[in-house]
Amino acid sequence: MTLREIVTLLDAEVCVGEGRLDEEVTKAFASDLMSDVLTLKDTPILLTGLCNVQTIRTCDMAGLEVAIIVRNKKPSEDMLELAEENDMTIIACPYSLFKACGLLYEAGLEPLY
Amino acid sequence: MHLEYTVVEGDFVNAGTASSSVKKTLKQLNVQPAVIKRVVVALYEAEVNAIAHAYGGKVLVDIDSDKIKMTVADKGPGIPDIALAMQEGYSTARPEVRDMGFGAGMGLPNMQKNVDKLNVTSEVGVGTTVEMEVAFG
Repeated sequence: MTLREIVTLLDAEVCVGEGRLDEEVTKAFASDLMSDVLTLKDTPILLTGLCNVQTIRTCDMAGLEVAIIVRNKKPSEDMLELAEENDMTIIACPYSLFKACGLLYEAGLEPLY
Repeated sequence: MHLEYTVVEGDFVNAGTASSSVKKTLKQLNVQPAVIKRVVVALYEAEVNAIAHAYGGKVLVDIDSDKIKMTVADKGPGIPDIALAMQEGYSTARPEVRDMGFGAGMGLPNMQKNVDKLNVTSEVGVGTTVEMEVAFG
């Protein structure tokens, strides 16, 4: 499915990086622990409740281009600035991590393992 | 090419600045993306460790045509038992570090997985030096 479909499904808002919305997405990973994100070999979209600058840094280091921030948290200006600088897409979603993952899984998005 | 960065104790907002800069440099040098990822993930882990556990330190990076050498040297409490610190899940991180999404006891093991050579030396009460090397080939 496309990122645009994901945004609609999650009733979410694109904070930065609208240019990537028509790209196809096949896999997702969910974690609040950035240490786990740093162990990934693949580059899925990330769903996380961790809303700070390290979320963006970690994605940048791990090569992840899309982060969906759940639990209705609002990314700070610092986060969005850093994300833009690194050509990332940040999406804010009002749902819990569990609900967001459930909806995406049901719609056919695959886990990494 | 030699690069140097300073790491400041507790400065989580800037954790990753050195790794990010190294990533940009390696991209410009057309190093393979998979190799860049290994390098910056390992360096980022080391940088976060120095900020989280020590009282500041230095990141020294030397890039040759065939490899990159990275040294993260901190002034800090040191690691009394390096073998224990290398075990996955062992952590002495403060709650503040965990709030940033780290402190799960994965840092040193993940560095080991990503680099070709890892050498950790430490003196209790003085500091810790992490030396890492990744070949580009």
